[in-house]
Amino acid sequence: MTMHSSRADNHTWRKIMNALASATTFVSALLVIAPLGLIFFHLLANGASSVNWAFFTHLPKPVGEAGGGMVNAIVGSLELLAFASAIGIPIGVLGGVYLAEYGTARANALLRFVADVLNGVPSITFGVVVYGLVVLRFKGFSAYAGGLALGLIMVPLILRTTEEVILLVPNGYREAALALGVARWKTIVYIVMKTASKGIITGILLALARVGGETAPLLFTAFGNRFWNHNLSEPIAALPLQIFTYAISPYDDWHRQAWAGALVLVTGIFCVNVLVRILTRGRTTSAV
Amino acid sequence: MEIATPPAAASLAPRSAAQAMVPPSRFGDKAFEWLTLAMAMAVVLLVILIGWQLWRGSSLAVQKFGFHFLTTSTWDPVTEQFGALPFIYGTLVSSFIALLIAVPLSVATAVYLTELAPLWIRQPIVSLIEMLAAIPSVILGLWGIFVMIPWLRDYPFPLLKRFFGWTPFFSGPIYGTSMLAGGIIIAIMILPIITSVSREILRSVPNLQREAAYALGATRWEVTRIAVLSYARKGLFGAVILGLGRALGETMAVTMVIGNTPQIAASLFKPGYTLASVIANEFTEATTDIYLQALFEIGLVLFGVTILVNLIAQLLLKTLTTTSTTRAVQ
Amino acid sequence: MKPLKFRRKTLALVLLAGMSATASAQMMINGAGATFPYPIYSKWFDEYAKVDPSVRFNYQSIGSGGGQKQILAQTVDFGASDGPMSDENLAKAPGKLLHIPTVAGADVVAYNLPGNPALKFDADTIAGIFLGQIKKWNDPKITTLNPGVSLPDQEIVVVHRSDGSGTTYIWTDYLSKISPEWKSKVGTNTSVNWPTGIGGKGNEGVAGQIKQTPGALGYVELIYAVQNKMPYAEVKNAAGEFVKPNIQSVTAALATADIPEDFRFSITNAPGKDAYPICGATWLLVYEQQKDATKGKKLVEFLKWAVKDGEKMARDLQYAPLPENLQERVLKRIHEIKI
Repeated sequence: MTMHSSRADNHTWRKIMNALASATTFVSALLVIAPLGLIFFHLLANGASSVNWAFFTHLPKPVGEAGGGMVNAIVGSLELLAFASAIGIPIGVLGGVYLAEYGTARANALLRFVADVLNGVPSITFGVVVYGLVVLRFKGFSAYAGGLALGLIMVPLILRTTEEVILLVPNGYREAALALGVARWKTIVYIVMKTASKGIITGILLALARVGGETAPLLFTAFGNRFWNHNLSEPIAALPLQIFTYAISPYDDWHRQAWAGALVLVTGIFCVNVLVRILTRGRTTSAV
Repeated sequence: MEIATPPAAASLAPRSAAQAMVPPSRFGDKAFEWLTLAMAMAVVLLVILIGWQLWRGSSLAVQKFGFHFLTTSTWDPVTEQFGALPFIYGTLVSSFIALLIAVPLSVATAVYLTELAPLWIRQPIVSLIEMLAAIPSVILGLWGIFVMIPWLRDYPFPLLKRFFGWTPFFSGPIYGTSMLAGGIIIAIMILPIITSVSREILRSVPNLQREAAYALGATRWEVTRIAVLSYARKGLFGAVILGLGRALGETMAVTMVIGNTPQIAASLFKPGYTLASVIANEFTEATTDIYLQALFEIGLVLFGVTILVNLIAQLLLKTLTTTSTTRAVQ
Repeated sequence: MKPLKFRRKTLALVLLAGMSATASAQMMINGAGATFPYPIYSKWFDEYAKVDPSVRFNYQSIGSGGGQKQILAQTVDFGASDGPMSDENLAKAPGKLLHIPTVAGADVVAYNLPGNPALKFDADTIAGIFLGQIKKWNDPKITTLNPGVSLPDQEIVVVHRSDGSGTTYIWTDYLSKISPEWKSKVGTNTSVNWPTGIGGKGNEGVAGQIKQTPGALGYVELIYAVQNKMPYAEVKNAAGEFVKPNIQSVTAALATADIPEDFRFSITNAPGKDAYPICGATWLLVYEQQKDATKGKKLVEFLKWAVKDGEKMARDLQYAPLPENLQERVLKRIHEIKI
């Protein structure tokens, strides 16, 4: 009898432990997503009222004067991203193609490894390096320098996603094209990359969303600008940079605008993420 | 994003098969192969370039201060004495605090998401965590300055002081901006990466492991504990190290809340400084050559440490899974 | 094909951006440095955009240390600093660098206390606080200077600059003059090894920190305290009078200055009973020989405008304009810039 009851106790105990573990891990999950909720709440509470027409159309006012907007920073960020894309996308995509289509397994494992390690290098390091390589050499802060820093950060990100999605293209596609006598490079470009295009674009978009919010590499490269600038060899404003400057300032009006800028930036990044989700949703059912 | 992970065998197949049927070499093919090879080599060149530039930029400081740079704690631009110890200390301590907070939460969340949660809730939570990962550092810093710091200063910090004030860690005045605040903000930043990598690791545990434990009559939690967690231990460790790599290099959010003071103090309420923050603050402003060189050397130290930590993380992760971690790494 | 198309689009976008650059003939002259005069400089550059719409002056307030560093590295067209450059740094410059004084301002002792009482400090107290020797707001040294004010039993949170700063230069220059201990332990520079406190980036950052932190005390340029409605203290000057920092007391200090040919001068701890003790001038740093003729010409035009018309805006932003005789000397120097 005693044995039986202790076994029953044991059983209850195990059940309690099971419930406890479920509860603890559930609470952990809640705690992990709690900051997201809080940040969103405060972004909306502090920023929404300031996201207005002036914010999207006006230049910043002189220090300490209320009003003005961040239009030059928003456009500046887009220009930086365009230039970063011109560097990061070709290198990343073609590099990914190499890993997926060519190369020996050993060499590729090493390249993949290096790309992953590069991914972990702090973004500010890219700023320091570009400062030494570009800013000091060409005597001036510039949009080129900022875009280059962002573009280099994009390379390993795009390279790895491209490789992955190209590996997903069924081999039959390649074989069919090659059997028809199509050159290998044409097979890769017109058949394989085309089939994987959604995935490649997804990777590119995610990389853009990531570097679009980067501030540290722009501090000593793009440098910031209070006015319009479309000359890429001059300093340029960027949204994250402007948010940083305004956030650490003492001016209430700048704080207001920093929140508004943050809300706009986060909205932009989330839109890209939603777009990615839409792009990837159909994929599991389609050929790839 | 959700990409179906291919079975390892399938991912290797196309290459060998395609190579077997390569048509007679043509110029276009060679050119394209070389072009893509050059682009792939760019990552290697980039790592070398970064290392070389940092090395070149700091050679004078390396010569002048030698090994003492890492072990002395004076950061004095007036007398041009530079020692990186307070920054190394600040980086390590803030990262350690971050891990202390983030690791249990992330691993527990990963366990919940792969083993214990009802199926319908998994994907929404995963999506939310991915959204948290997408929030830029500077925005977290903004939130840190105006929301988190005042709250910490008014509620949790005084409580910590009341109950643990007798330890050196929670003694002294409460400023708000502090090493502890820096650690907490880093924790928030590395939660998503540790969670998602841990999740990949747990998902890669073969179902056979679980089934065997279930067959013995184990509860869900027992299956997780005995069959899954012990099997995935090494991989989870890799996930933690990867999180550490991110923590060490976090810049903007930390700079905005840590207080930017190069000092070594036991109290976590005291402000600190990290390697990345001192570069962010002082890099454009270093007036003398040796000052700038010292900052380059800090960059070199940061680069070296993060490379090393990431190397270890990748090695730990690579041995377990080949393709599945790569995605989570991003 | 899609990725290629996408890439073509981005390429086109970049080309477009490049083209629009050449299309818009607007010139960009870049400057960087001091945050101390940033409010007035940004006002000037805003106004000057209306005077000469063909040129924009982009000024980034990265700190005086940064202004000196970047003009030496020639990454900007002009620098700005409120600490004069050292002979050593001037010698490193690839060409002759001119100091063009623009306005003078005050470092004020700003603080954040419940009720924001008006406070008075003397040199010893300030040095004591910044050396970390006076730790609490109700320290006898502070209370005896401020009878009738109830000060809390609270830690003083010292806020200083984390970046290289002319405001710091003026502040440490003052402390070095009045405290031998400070002079031997810390010294005078744009950035120093602080014995205590937390760091903020720029005057903006320090003012922000003070505003965010109850019990904080730090030094910022006057306008930052005024614009942010922060209380700031009266300070006992060399003549033993408590003086409120304002345009008059800064002008009084400026009047005592003996200004050398290269315009590098210090007016901290100035004699005279109306002079505020912690103030300084701020300079634009330009090369005597301009590299780029068109940019150089526009820069000289701006400098002339600043000295003639810009000075008139100084008072509105709590800066003291240069005395007229000095304005003339500066104009003469500006004419010597070679294009």
